[in-house]
Amino acid sequence: MVGYPETLTDPSYRGQILVCTYPLIGNYGVPPKVFKDNLLTNYESDAIQCRGLIVSNYSYEYSHWSAERSLNEWLSDEKIPAITGIDTRMLTRNLREKGTMLGKIVIDENQKLEFTDPNKTNLVSEVSVKEPVEYKKGTKKIILVDCGTKNNIIRAFLGRDITVIRVPYDYDYSHIKADGILLSNGPGDPKMNIATIESAAKAMERNIPILGICLGSQILALAAGADTYKLKYGHRGLNQPCNEMGTKRSYITSQNHGYAVHSDSLPQDWREWFINDNDGTNEGLLHISKPFFAAQFHPEASPGPDDSEFIFDMFVRAISQSPSLNLPKGEVEKIVAL
Amino acid sequence: MIKKDKPNKVLILGSGALQIGQAGEFDYSGSQAIKALKEDRVRSVLINPNIATIQTSEDFADKVYFVPINSDSVERVIEKEQPDSILLQFGGQTALNVGVELYENGVLEKHNVKVLGTPIKSIIETEDRFLFVEKCNEIGLKVAESKTAQNIEEATAAAEEIGYPVMVRIAYALGGLGSGIVNNKGELVEKATKALKFTNQILIEESLEGWKEVEYEIVRDKYDNCVSICSMENVDPMGIHTGDSVVIAPVQTLTAKENFNLRSIGIKLIRHIGIIGECNIQYALDPESDDYRIIEVNARLSRSSALASKATGYPLAFIASKLALGYALNEIENNITKQTSACFEPSLDYVALKFPRWDLQKFQQVSTRLGSEMKSVGEVMSLGRSFEEVLQKSIRMLDVGLNGFVGNNLSFDDLDRELSEPTDKRIFAIAYALQNNYSVDEIHRLTKVTKWCLYKMKNIIETEKKLTGKALGKIDDSLMLEAKQNGFSDKQIGILTSTPHSVVRIYRKELGVLPVVKQIDTLAAEYPAQTNYLYFTYHGNEDDIELAQEDQIVVLGSGPYRIGSSVEFDWCCVTAVNSINSSGKKSIMINCNPETVSTDYDICNKLYFEELTMERVLDVYDKEKPFGLIVSMGGQVPNNLAIKLHNEGIKILGTSPEQIDNAESRHKFSKILDKLGIDQPEWTEVTTLEAAKEFAKEISYPVLIRPSYVLSGAAMSIVLTEDELERYLKKATDLDSEHPVVMSKFITDAKEIEVDAVAKDGELFCYAIAEHVENAGVHSGDATIVLPPQRTYLETMRRVKLITKQIAKALEISGPFNMQFIAKDNDVKVIECNLRASRSFPFVSKTLKINFIDIATRLILGEKVTKIDKSSFDLDYVGVKASQFSFTRLKGSDPVTGVEMSSTGEVACLGDDFNEAFLKSVLSTGQKIPEKAVLLSTGTPKNKAELLEDLLVLRDRGLKFYGTKSTADYYKLSGIDVEVLYRPYDETEPAILTCLAEGKIDVVINIPKTSEKVELDSDYIIRRKAVDLNIPLFTNVQATKRFIKALEQYQTEDLAVKSWDEYH
Repeated sequence: MVGYPETLTDPSYRGQILVCTYPLIGNYGVPPKVFKDNLLTNYESDAIQCRGLIVSNYSYEYSHWSAERSLNEWLSDEKIPAITGIDTRMLTRNLREKGTMLGKIVIDENQKLEFTDPNKTNLVSEVSVKEPVEYKKGTKKIILVDCGTKNNIIRAFLGRDITVIRVPYDYDYSHIKADGILLSNGPGDPKMNIATIESAAKAMERNIPILGICLGSQILALAAGADTYKLKYGHRGLNQPCNEMGTKRSYITSQNHGYAVHSDSLPQDWREWFINDNDGTNEGLLHISKPFFAAQFHPEASPGPDDSEFIFDMFVRAISQSPSLNLPKGEVEKIVAL
Repeated sequence: MIKKDKPNKVLILGSGALQIGQAGEFDYSGSQAIKALKEDRVRSVLINPNIATIQTSEDFADKVYFVPINSDSVERVIEKEQPDSILLQFGGQTALNVGVELYENGVLEKHNVKVLGTPIKSIIETEDRFLFVEKCNEIGLKVAESKTAQNIEEATAAAEEIGYPVMVRIAYALGGLGSGIVNNKGELVEKATKALKFTNQILIEESLEGWKEVEYEIVRDKYDNCVSICSMENVDPMGIHTGDSVVIAPVQTLTAKENFNLRSIGIKLIRHIGIIGECNIQYALDPESDDYRIIEVNARLSRSSALASKATGYPLAFIASKLALGYALNEIENNITKQTSACFEPSLDYVALKFPRWDLQKFQQVSTRLGSEMKSVGEVMSLGRSFEEVLQKSIRMLDVGLNGFVGNNLSFDDLDRELSEPTDKRIFAIAYALQNNYSVDEIHRLTKVTKWCLYKMKNIIETEKKLTGKALGKIDDSLMLEAKQNGFSDKQIGILTSTPHSVVRIYRKELGVLPVVKQIDTLAAEYPAQTNYLYFTYHGNEDDIELAQEDQIVVLGSGPYRIGSSVEFDWCCVTAVNSINSSGKKSIMINCNPETVSTDYDICNKLYFEELTMERVLDVYDKEKPFGLIVSMGGQVPNNLAIKLHNEGIKILGTSPEQIDNAESRHKFSKILDKLGIDQPEWTEVTTLEAAKEFAKEISYPVLIRPSYVLSGAAMSIVLTEDELERYLKKATDLDSEHPVVMSKFITDAKEIEVDAVAKDGELFCYAIAEHVENAGVHSGDATIVLPPQRTYLETMRRVKLITKQIAKALEISGPFNMQFIAKDNDVKVIECNLRASRSFPFVSKTLKINFIDIATRLILGEKVTKIDKSSFDLDYVGVKASQFSFTRLKGSDPVTGVEMSSTGEVACLGDDFNEAFLKSVLSTGQKIPEKAVLLSTGTPKNKAELLEDLLVLRDRGLKFYGTKSTADYYKLSGIDVEVLYRPYDETEPAILTCLAEGKIDVVINIPKTSEKVELDSDYIIRRKAVDLNIPLFTNVQATKRFIKALEQYQTEDLAVKSWDEYH
């Protein structure tokens, strides 16, 4: 119901038109762009990733101490069309029944507007960094394979005093020494990311901890030899319950994915870690002997509940158990200031 | 179904009579708890003397006890029933307090009774302020700081430590001297010096005035899973009790970060405290930063949780019961989707707004200023897809004659003060300010209401401006849609365009501006849901569901609880809906009160959580094309709509609306009585003072006056002399041809008798006659009612029955109705007749064990109902219904009963004879048996004489008497020693007020000399003090006499603890 600055800048929404089910949008305006550790606070990436926004009842006037401008002004500045006064519940019901579909926002009916299919473009390449970037903190280091990472994933590690080396999705990171590897979230069909899957398969041979998040979870599964498929009802929103297998624990998670890992296709040494309480689909994986694990949901939340943040703690603990590495300087080619 | 450690028999404590701060929401939560236990085949025993509730109906709990909810009587039920477990979370503060008491005095341990859900230790940690602060500090969470001070030095030291500005709070509010903010040492010293003259302790608190107030409802199971079900934001900032605040769900002006941070803090805290089930957590949030304070945690179902349940569709009370049984959240089904579990957080694609309903004008001398003490008696909730829409809808739902945010005839003399010192009218002061071009910034400065809300309110004013003075025909479809989306009713548009609302409706429909029906599905349409929980909005293009099925019957609900209409009518509605369901027809419920069971979506086929206005009922009718409407169950609200709906061609089932109109119109009804030769008190309608005086002279004083329009103070009054008459008419009303006053003869020393009955096509089908304990002059809603009558002559009963039959025939009644009579000797006169269910239907039905509403509904539907055997009306036991007052909450109000109703709830108990039933019900309203001393102020010499015999009984029980000099002198002659105390204005010791405060007196008998409520006299001060100190107070001669009589016969331990089914 809240969190439009975070959602609109979430790279996983790249190329999509976002429909808000909650009707009143824009209430608290938009915060200023402030950097901390080279990352925009309050935003999940540098720019609006959605192609359009559809709401029911836009608040032309906003009020909040942290706001700098209105949602309207922000959208205009970034040239993102938006429309208000739409029966978004009706639209949601349509999308639910027929699945995600191509859409366009038509203002002038006489103007011809062609559909563009974002799935035909390489969305991940659009949102991934072009060159490796290092966010320096403590001596422990992880490689973040950026398929469209949210800033909060990076913040989660910086906050735990871990240095993050963010590399492009198709980057060969086998030569970079690190304590762990993180496969990030991102947009689209996981199977399109062939290079990323191959690198992940290679990384698994290194025997260092690997964590997959959302798209990263699917990539890890594909690298391990499992299969993925498109869900009939994709999972979106901040209220998805996930059960931890073998326990009575359930976590409320933030999600945004249209594909899932086929649990029946998991290789011998892999187990389902979480399943969605609503429809029983896979929400996480574990390797029984190696430090590989993955969550289909977003433990970094933003927006959303922080119930599953412990996954980062688990990953950090796994990293701490491997001997510290002194990464030789120069291995990272370039540091891009954001 | 749960297997491990499943309880076998569970005791559930209810909340007793409805009172301010503890109302119908606990009928909802208790009913759901019983349903949850039943589903698991756990036996349930319920203690609740509130006979009008749904939870105490047949087919709910296995055993029901109509006995007081105090540790003594609960212990006796435990001894008798031997339950293995107890549920304390469903009966409000009453149940929680009694539970803690039973735990502390070892009763639970002694009888091996396990507390289900949140452990007692956790309950105590949330209730005890000191422990609570400690718990929060242990995990580094912030609580508002508060320190006590007994002198200036302590006060200044405390303020310095907390940091200015600070709030100075005075524990006992004394006239005019309230709590307040001070900004520096100088101001503090001044205020504290003043305060410490009157009290020996003050509180210095961190000032949170103007901070946002937000609440979260959080659920936790025993496996430590937590979900946050609903977030709510108060439109009124900190400083106004949340029960008196306008509240919107979900939160509107918090960023995602703030929202999820507060959610995390809440979960952290309730894990630390160890809640199992449901709880509510309140925060203050700084409007200028992300700083917060925890205000409190309620470790039980609450008013807010009832609201959250209705706002989200998530059945919190039901789920909390399952969690108390030991289920994990993801083992419980989501009743709305039927496909998913209860382990999720509802996402809303609409907004819900709660508006409180106050009835302050019913009370003399009460302050209308809102603050930290709750004063509202009920609430409504509106659903929609914009703030403007829900705000305007909710104001109409209140049923206080207001048309919405605008379109009311309200103006304010001292507007700035109205804005900065909130009363029950503040929201309209904001409207007025916006209309008079106050800027949003200025209003924000004065009210501290978040600007976002003010901007939205301004949108309504902008639309109003566009509509004002425009000819209806000049309104195009886009302006019409804008108006409807901003919540304007056809009536409001009619007022602004000087057009009748029916014409607006036709025109609007021609323009194609129509509302749509949307579902509440807990998941914002992202999952398919089978839900019948519905609302209307103008922000939409399609209806969510299939409409207009066959055989649908609409039942109109009773709207917000208010003085005179509360849970009784909800019981009638729910019962009627059940009867419709079992007849194979489909029920549609319309109601807007979140504290009710009738708005539980699982009781009916379709629930419209909507306005009970003409426009909305017509909308439902247009969409659903039902077979007909039942208007006789929800009290006066639907009753008032009957004739208007009928005139629109809508089919009303039961008694014809024309006959309803005949009974409602004083003139028409009087003519019918005259024609039938039935006696009525002489009455007339006057428009001038002279005519009033003349009529009064003719019928002789005292006379009862009922103005049609009220300026201030009580609407109805009894006057004894011409002087009083003149004074009253000048003070209370604008007497002119527009505003006539009805005057009638007031018969002194007469008894009142009530009949609740059901008829079919003019034939009386069943009836129950009940008598009042108090003489005529006490409103029937405040009177103590006895069934069957104990002191009414057989001849009187016969006449009452005959007249009832005649009326049923004359008005061709089909359905429930109620009649009130006045009887003196064998003379019987009709006071009024209501062609609908009355307040006492549940009492009568449950006492007689004949469900009048079920019978009435089936007759209305045209079913055959077998005649009831006459012997069923012969009882071997007695039922007594007593009223509950909330004077303690209404600071300043004069705690006497009179012709205007002032009680907020009621209880009823059964007993083997009158005295037993009477004593039980009086004790159930919180009165205690006096053991030490009585303070006497027994009114006129006549009253004094009447009480003489009874006082001797008290004397023989060893009670001491205190009283004024005149009272002492009077009783001395009769051999009763009364110690003389000085009256409040004498300012001499030993004084009455001192003795009361020192706890020397445990009952006050104070009989007012006149029935007119007058200025601050010393009797008022004594009554008020008694109520403030929670000392039982009697103000009525008859009730006092019966109480003492009952005491003569029964000790508390003699009162039988018998369940409902043991009376037969």
